[in-house]
Amino acid sequence: MAVMNLKVNGRTHPVDVDPATPLLYVLSDDLGLRGPKFGCGLGQCGSCAVMVNGRVIRSCVTAVRSMAGSEITTLEGLGTIEKPHPIQKAFIDEQAMQCGFCINGIILTAKVFLDRNPKASDAEIKQAMSGVLCRCGANARIIRAIKRYAEEVKA
Amino acid sequence: MKPLDTLKAMSPDALGALESAGISRRKFIKGSGALIISFSMGGLASPPGAAPGQAVPPDFNGPGSGQLDSWIAIGADGSVTAYTGKCELGQGLYTAQTQLIAEELSVPFDRVKLIQCDTALTPDQGTTSGAQSHPANFNRNNLALAGATAREALLERASTRFGVPVDQLTARDGVIGVTTDTSKKAGYGELAGGRAFGVALNRGARRKDPGEWTILGKPVPRVEIPAIATGQFEYVHNVRLPGMLHGQVVRPPAVGARVVGVDEGSVRGLPGVVKVVVKNNFVGVVAEKPWQAIQAAHKLKVDWTQGATLPDQRDFYDWLRNQKPARDTFAVNSNDVDAKLASAAKIVKATYHYPYQMHGSLGTSCAVGEVQGDKATVWSATQAVYPLKNTVAKVLGLRPENVRVRFRMGAGCYGINGADTVSYDAALLSQAVGKPVRVQLTRKDEMAWENFGVAYVIDQRVGLDAGGSIIAWDHESWSPTLGGRPGANNPGNVVTGFLAGFEPAAFAARTPAPDPTNFSNGSNAVPSYVTGCVGKRCGGTGKVPSQRVLIHNVPSPFWTGPLRSPARLQNTFAHESFMDEIAALVKTDPVDYRLRHLSDPRLIEVVKAAAKSANWEARPSPRPGIRRTGVAAGRGLSCVLYEGDNGYCAMVAEVEVNQDWGAVVVKHLVIANDSGPISNPDGLRNQLEGGALHGVSRTLLEEVTWDDQKITSVDWLTYRTPFVGANVPKIDTVLIQRSEGEAMGAGETAVTVVAAAIANAIFDATGARIRQVPFTPERVKGALDART
Repeated sequence: MAVMNLKVNGRTHPVDVDPATPLLYVLSDDLGLRGPKFGCGLGQCGSCAVMVNGRVIRSCVTAVRSMAGSEITTLEGLGTIEKPHPIQKAFIDEQAMQCGFCINGIILTAKVFLDRNPKASDAEIKQAMSGVLCRCGANARIIRAIKRYAEEVKA
Repeated sequence: MKPLDTLKAMSPDALGALESAGISRRKFIKGSGALIISFSMGGLASPPGAAPGQAVPPDFNGPGSGQLDSWIAIGADGSVTAYTGKCELGQGLYTAQTQLIAEELSVPFDRVKLIQCDTALTPDQGTTSGAQSHPANFNRNNLALAGATAREALLERASTRFGVPVDQLTARDGVIGVTTDTSKKAGYGELAGGRAFGVALNRGARRKDPGEWTILGKPVPRVEIPAIATGQFEYVHNVRLPGMLHGQVVRPPAVGARVVGVDEGSVRGLPGVVKVVVKNNFVGVVAEKPWQAIQAAHKLKVDWTQGATLPDQRDFYDWLRNQKPARDTFAVNSNDVDAKLASAAKIVKATYHYPYQMHGSLGTSCAVGEVQGDKATVWSATQAVYPLKNTVAKVLGLRPENVRVRFRMGAGCYGINGADTVSYDAALLSQAVGKPVRVQLTRKDEMAWENFGVAYVIDQRVGLDAGGSIIAWDHESWSPTLGGRPGANNPGNVVTGFLAGFEPAAFAARTPAPDPTNFSNGSNAVPSYVTGCVGKRCGGTGKVPSQRVLIHNVPSPFWTGPLRSPARLQNTFAHESFMDEIAALVKTDPVDYRLRHLSDPRLIEVVKAAAKSANWEARPSPRPGIRRTGVAAGRGLSCVLYEGDNGYCAMVAEVEVNQDWGAVVVKHLVIANDSGPISNPDGLRNQLEGGALHGVSRTLLEEVTWDDQKITSVDWLTYRTPFVGANVPKIDTVLIQRSEGEAMGAGETAVTVVAAAIANAIFDATGARIRQVPFTPERVKGALDART
C-alpha cells in the first residue's frame, strides 16, 4: 500500500492503495464514483473509460501508479443532471440508451474524438467508435446522439 | 428485526416514500414488528377477487395484492407514491408504469414517485420477464387498476365532502372540482393524504379509454436517463454499504469438475484477505478491497477433479438429435399428417440449426449481500426479485421471511444472465464473514457459467397440393436443457446453487409424447400457417388443418435458461425460413404466399404494413438475373405472433452479400409491430430497434464455443458482437396503434423475426439458402459455393 494523490474532476484525493491496482477500482471503490464501470476487465468493451490529460484510457487495465500528476476526468466531471454537458444532453435528448451501462465509455470516447476532430466525417466517427460495445442495440440512437453533438462542435 | 432496524435498513428514497405514504405502512411496522413480513401475510397477498386466505396457484406474475394500500399511498402534500413488483431492466418499464399510475389517477407525471421491486415494500409480482411485465400491470388487476380504484375512492370522498354526486365531479392534475361550482375543489392530499384507503382493488373501477389519455400514449422521456448520462445513476454495481468487503469466486476449471482440496495457506498473508470460503464445490475469497480479492482468487490453490467429457462441438447437432431418452411433447397433432403427406403432390423438407448463445451482459453480474445472524438482505439485479427471496433463504439455510431482496438495475440482462447466481455468491460469502460483501464476476466467469440460450435442431416437412398450397405441416425439434430460472425452489438451476450443493430441477424423460390437451404456443413451436386446433379450440393464426409439432427436450451439458425470445426465436427462424423456401419452390412471391396461408387479421396487417413501408416488389425469390460474383442485394420478410398471443411483428430486411468472401451487411430493416394500445411510442420504438440490432448480432456473429472440457467463448474476442462503430442498418418502425384491447409485450417481438428475414434476404440476393446460425462469412461462402 502507498499513499498517492489522485487528481480527479478537478479535486485532489489522497488515496492509500496498492500501486498496481487498476485505476478503475480506486475510482469506483475508494472514491465512490459511478461513471466508470467494470465491463470486462480486459480493455475490450470501453465501459471503464476515463479521460486522462485529455485522452481516453481504459481504467480497468491501467495501474493507478501511472496516474501520478495526471488530470483525470470521469463522466461525472463533464456535467450534472441539472446542467449536463452538451454531449450528455445530446444523449438525453435522443434517448440514446437502454440499460445505459455502455454510455460512460461511449460518451467519453465520442467527446474526446470530436473535440480533437470537429470536422470528422461519418466514416471517421464510426472508426472512432470501433472499440466500444453496446449490447442493448441502442447503436442507431447512439450514433444519432454523437452526430447531434458533432453538429454543435462544428458550429 | 426491530421496527427501528427495519427503518434504518431502508434507503432514503424508500424511507421518504414511506413517510409520505401515511399511516398504513407505519401501522405495519408498529403492529407487526416488521414491515418485511407485510407482503407475506395471507390477507394482503390474496389476488383481487379471491377470498382472504384462499389458496392460489403459483403464478409467473406473482399474487400481487388485492389491497389498494399495497399499491398507492397519497401524501399530505398530494404527492403520490406507487409500489410495483415489475422492475426497470433498461426497457423503459419504470417510466411506462409511472405514466400508467399518473394517467389512471389523474395526477401530473412528475408527482408520482414509483418504488420498484423490494420484497419488503412492494407487492409480489413474481418475475419481470417474458414480455409480460407491462401487460401484467396494464391489463390485469394490478397497478393500473390500483390507479383507477384510487381515483374513484377520491371521487367518493369528494362527493361526500361537497354533497354532490360523483358525476358532477372532475379529477384533473390531482385536484377534484365540482363542475357546477368552480369554487369548490379539493386536492388529493386534502382528501386522502397521510391516511390509508383501506379498500380492496375494485375490478369495476373505470379505466380510462385511450381516447382520453393525456400522459399514457405520449413519448415521455425515460426517468433514469439524465442520471445515467451524467454518471449519477446507482446501478447494483454502485451499491456501497458501511464496512462492506469484496468477494471473488473461484469457479471450476472444467464443466463437472469437483473440489478435491483447497490450500488456504496459498493466500495466507496476502494483503487484505479476510477469508477463504468453501461450501461443497463453491469456492470464494473475501478481502477488504476488490483488487485484493481478485489477486487472492488468482493465487488460491484449489485441486479439482477432471471435468466431464463434453460432446464434440463439430458433431454437436447429431449428438443432440440422438440423445435418449428425451422428454417428448406434442404442441399440436391432428393425427392425419402422415396420411396427408402420403397424398401430397409434392413433399418439401429442410433442417435448421441454431447454436447456444449467451446473454453476454455488457457489465458482468454483481450483487451485494448482507447476512447477519438469521437475517439477510441482498441487493440484486435479478428479474426474479420475489422468487429469489426463497432461494436465497434455501442457500443460506434461513427462513424466507427473514430475507429481503432489493432490486437495483444492472447491465441489460436479456433474460437470466448471472444476476441470480451472483446473488447467491454474495449471500454465501457475506454469511461466511458476517459482514456485507459485494461480488462482481469476472468476464470469464460470467460467460463460461451463465445459463445459455439453447441450441436447436429443427426438421421441417410439408406436403403441397397440385396448386402449390400447403396441405400438411410436420415439425420436429431437439433442444437441450439444464437448470434455468431457479423459481422459488431450485437454487441448483444456476451454477452457484449447484456448486453449493443443490441439484438442478430433475430432468423427466417422457416417451412417447402424450396427445396435447390444450393449445398453447408460448414457444412458437407451432408455425403461423396452421390452424392450431387442439380438441375443439383452434388457437393458431393460419389455415392449414393438418399439423404435427413434436418437441424433444434432452439433457444439456451446459446450463440453459431464457435468453430474449427463448425457443420462440429459434423456432421462428426455422418456420419463416422454411416458408420462404416453399414459396420459392412454387415460384410465388413470399408475401403473397404467406398471406395465402394466414387467417389472423392482425398478423396479416403487420405483414402488409411492413411490405408496404419497405416498398416491397411482389415477385418470387431469388431475384432474377443474379450474378455469381461481387456484391448482391436482396430483401426478405419474416413474421410472428410472439408467444402465440403476445405481440404481432413483421420485418423486412434488406441486405448486401459480398459473394467473393461471404460477408453479409444488413442495410435496412423495416419493422411493423402491433402490441395493442401503445403506452409510450418512443419507448416502444427503442425496444423494437434494440431487439432488431440484438437480432442482427445474434444472427451474424454469436455462438458459444467449447472444447472437450470447458467453454472457450469467454470474452469479447471469442464471443463477438458488433462494435458501436459497426455498420448500423437504417431502421424504420411502423407502429400500429390499437385504441382498445389488451397491451401486449414488445420487448421480444422484433428480435424473434430477424434471423429468418436476413436468411430470406440472402436467398433473394444470391439464391443461396443459409440454414444455420450464425451466418458467418465462411458459412455463407460455403452456401454460395454449393449453388448449382
